[in-house]
Amino acid sequence: MAGQTLLSLEHLSTHYVSQQGTRVVRAVDDVTLALGAGETLGIVGESGSGKTTLALTMMRLLPPAAHIVSGRMMFEGEDLLKKSDEEMRRVRGKRIAMILQDPMASLNPLFSIGNQVAEPIRVHEGASPRTAWQRAVQLLKSVRIASPETRVSQFPHEMSGGMRQRIVGAIGISCEPRLLIADEPTTSLDLTIQAQYLNLLRDLQREHGLALIFITHNLGIVAKMCDQLAVMYAGRVVEQGPVSRIFNAPTHPYTKALLGSIPRMTDGGERLTAIEGQPPDLANLPVGCAFAPRCPSVMTRCRAEAPPEFKTEPGRSARCWLAEPLALRSSAA
Amino acid sequence: MTVITPPETTIAPAIRTPRPTAFWRLKGFPLIPVLILVFIALVAIFADVLAPYDPTIGSLARRFRPPFWQEGGSMAYLLGTDHVGRDVLSRLIYGARVSMVVGITAVLVAGGIGTLLGILSGYLGGWADQVVMRLTDTWLALPALTFAIFLAAIVGPSELNIILILGLVYWTRYARVIRGEVLSLKQREFVRLAIVAGCSSRTIMWRHILPNVINSAVVLATLMLGVVIVTEASLSFLGVGVPPPKPAWGLMMADGKKGLLVGYWWLTVMPGLCIMLMVLSANLLGDWLRVKLDPQLRQL
Repeated sequence: MAGQTLLSLEHLSTHYVSQQGTRVVRAVDDVTLALGAGETLGIVGESGSGKTTLALTMMRLLPPAAHIVSGRMMFEGEDLLKKSDEEMRRVRGKRIAMILQDPMASLNPLFSIGNQVAEPIRVHEGASPRTAWQRAVQLLKSVRIASPETRVSQFPHEMSGGMRQRIVGAIGISCEPRLLIADEPTTSLDLTIQAQYLNLLRDLQREHGLALIFITHNLGIVAKMCDQLAVMYAGRVVEQGPVSRIFNAPTHPYTKALLGSIPRMTDGGERLTAIEGQPPDLANLPVGCAFAPRCPSVMTRCRAEAPPEFKTEPGRSARCWLAEPLALRSSAA
Repeated sequence: MTVITPPETTIAPAIRTPRPTAFWRLKGFPLIPVLILVFIALVAIFADVLAPYDPTIGSLARRFRPPFWQEGGSMAYLLGTDHVGRDVLSRLIYGARVSMVVGITAVLVAGGIGTLLGILSGYLGGWADQVVMRLTDTWLALPALTFAIFLAAIVGPSELNIILILGLVYWTRYARVIRGEVLSLKQREFVRLAIVAGCSSRTIMWRHILPNVINSAVVLATLMLGVVIVTEASLSFLGVGVPPPKPAWGLMMADGKKGLLVGYWWLTVMPGLCIMLMVLSANLLGDWLRVKLDPQLRQL
């Protein structure tokens, strides 16, 4: 499935700086990730771990207080950080599309469905209203909306929730982007619609050869949808690699704890493990590993020194001193 | 013989919905105000046909004739004549034209400036917001009428100038209200989706923000119509409004005020009544529209 690298983030850091410049929140800190064409990457982590900031960084749509302080963001061989605002605007919606947290509210109540589905096509390809409208009909068909010819001229309030979701999906793929970022697209949905929507995204991905980045805190979705997984904690990617490898043998204690807190059909009545304590204050990170205060297998070294990223297998790495003995020789140091 | 009272008769008064007596005008269509406004508009349009006399030419021979029902009045001058013998009814009819034209265009000018600046300020934020809002604060600190007199004194009174002045004085209310609306719209998911889809700020403001604030602008316009008409009348009354001999209602009141003490009441009461009716109608219509179009009030 993996083709050549589509997106690679190299040592990317995004910090929020307070107005006086006294408080610095490291929302995204030294993140290195790579994603191949057509692959699906899941980014998980608890609230406040920097997932959404990472997504906004990739779109370069950060609020004014946030600054991308270092790193590179290579997309199809171009550094997105070097692009002007205007060039970046032409990338958004055209080559990188995004689905927001609440697809239910993502439609303008005043415009017809066709008008909105066609909007990116008109904006980016300068298509005439007529061709854009025809494309809108096709797009509705491709997200499996029944009788798209009549639906296209209806308004959002005439649609059910599930339909509106699929319409937002149609807007996402309207310009045939190479990468679709979905920021918790299913949190506001009930479970049956969630499953339908995930299937739809999956099919769209196969049909259009999309790469997907799935930001979620639902490991079940990751297991169902993703090839690659990156676990974020306190702004850093603490573990990443192929989903199956991480689920079977997690290296980082945080990943272990996350996986241990999912109920399973197979184990009979054991207590679920909870992670004690609170996530750290991102403006006031501990000196060593950010997870050390909550880590069950903490060592003295962890409190003094933050672990670097150890490559434990090809395409897999962890930020934990426990991974040091497993590290491939080339990357240790 | 005892009759068991059916339960309905005892319960019925309790569950009967109270008749909307106090709020009838908020619930139903304000028919009478709209009819009055339509009537005034028609009178303004067909003033040439309706007016029995030329409103600017009088005759000193027939000054201060009272309305027809008073002693000394005649059916030839239904509402009497003024201090230079002009027919009051004809002047009221032509005055409707001035009030309508000045009122509506001034509201449009104010609405145009205010909505544009409100959207820019709310959507762009940052320094644009600062500039517009500080300007609005400054504007609101100025007493509106005095400011209008000041402007009129500078540019000189004419109908066009009055329209521009009123527009310049009253745009701030739009700017404030619209900016607030835009700030909340900006957080709505569909605006964020448009940003994510790569729409330029201009497209977003034009396509996603403006259509969503038009409702508020329309409601504000009807409510402002009354204010603007009163200000126009006040300016005319003070002699810096529509220049004589054009018949503006405020001007007619100013001309007639000296006659009030010696009993020539119709010179001030008639135009006053017209102003009151028009402003009241505009306000009632505005109130109804606000409830009808404002989603937050609609549920009431």
